[in-house]
Amino acid sequence: MKFLKFLLLGTLFGIVMAKSEAFSWFRIQEMFRFQSFHMYGIIGTAVTLGAIGVALIKRYSIRDAKGNPITFFPKERSVIRYLLGGTIFGLGWALSGACPGPMVVNIGYGYLAMGVVFLFAIIGTYLYGAIKDKIPH
Amino acid sequence: MLEFIQQPWTWWISGTLIAAIMFLLLFFGQSFGFSANLRTICSAAGGGKFVKFFDFNWRSQLWNLVFLLGAILGGFIASQFLSNGEPVQISQSTIADLAKLGIAAPTSAQPDELFSMQSLLTWKGFLILATGGLMVGFGSRYAGGCTSGHAISGLSDLQVPSLIAVIGFFIGGLLMTFVLLPFIL
Repeated sequence: MKFLKFLLLGTLFGIVMAKSEAFSWFRIQEMFRFQSFHMYGIIGTAVTLGAIGVALIKRYSIRDAKGNPITFFPKERSVIRYLLGGTIFGLGWALSGACPGPMVVNIGYGYLAMGVVFLFAIIGTYLYGAIKDKIPH
Repeated sequence: MLEFIQQPWTWWISGTLIAAIMFLLLFFGQSFGFSANLRTICSAAGGGKFVKFFDFNWRSQLWNLVFLLGAILGGFIASQFLSNGEPVQISQSTIADLAKLGIAAPTSAQPDELFSMQSLLTWKGFLILATGGLMVGFGSRYAGGCTSGHAISGLSDLQVPSLIAVIGFFIGGLLMTFVLLPFIL
């Protein structure tokens, strides 16, 4: 039962990704070609509301369902790992037209070929884990 | 009402719901970051025996795997019950640009040239999807997060590292779209 809420939130996420068309390769191409406001509107709305909400959580020390304070962990300071990792991610995002969440939404939608993309994303993550001490962070 | 939700959803409704999902996850003591699941799957599959990075208590991440299952279910529900069967509504200029690359105008959510089974069973089609997935998986962990972890959660918390990562997403995305894709497709 304690997992039911996460199943429901994931389901809502999947429906939103599909109904907003953000899970479509076409939409990602349109975004990277700056030919529509659609994707920027989605992300912009989420981040604007997100930033207001996070600021309020911090300002009023809002607690979670169990009564624990909601805390945010600053990410470790670096440039190279975010810039290089982000660039590699972006190359893959524009090629396959999906980031990890939308990949599995596509599988559920019936685009089973996306299963290959997801499988190789797992392999890519494994590869990173295997060589992470040899690349700059 | 059903007709209304079967249309594509406007950007501000979708963006608001994504923010709501992020806040509900925070309220339930977790944080929104989908690509963490890729690491969890590597660990659950026994990767920790060979690579230290995957040697952690993956069961603490079960909630996120359940979220992933929900996302698959959500995609299924959207296609079976909430779709009006119309192709994605992308702009005419994108349709014209993609035509030059040999990708036909949308007839559904994804181009057949890349995601049909016929395409997958060709070497070129397979390699495009495999390479794309490989780079997303490698890059998201190298950068410490994907669109949900950095572009949504990280930017909402005004984190500079997330801003750098998102800039990277666009450097890579633009490079692929304008420089590499014309050679690949």
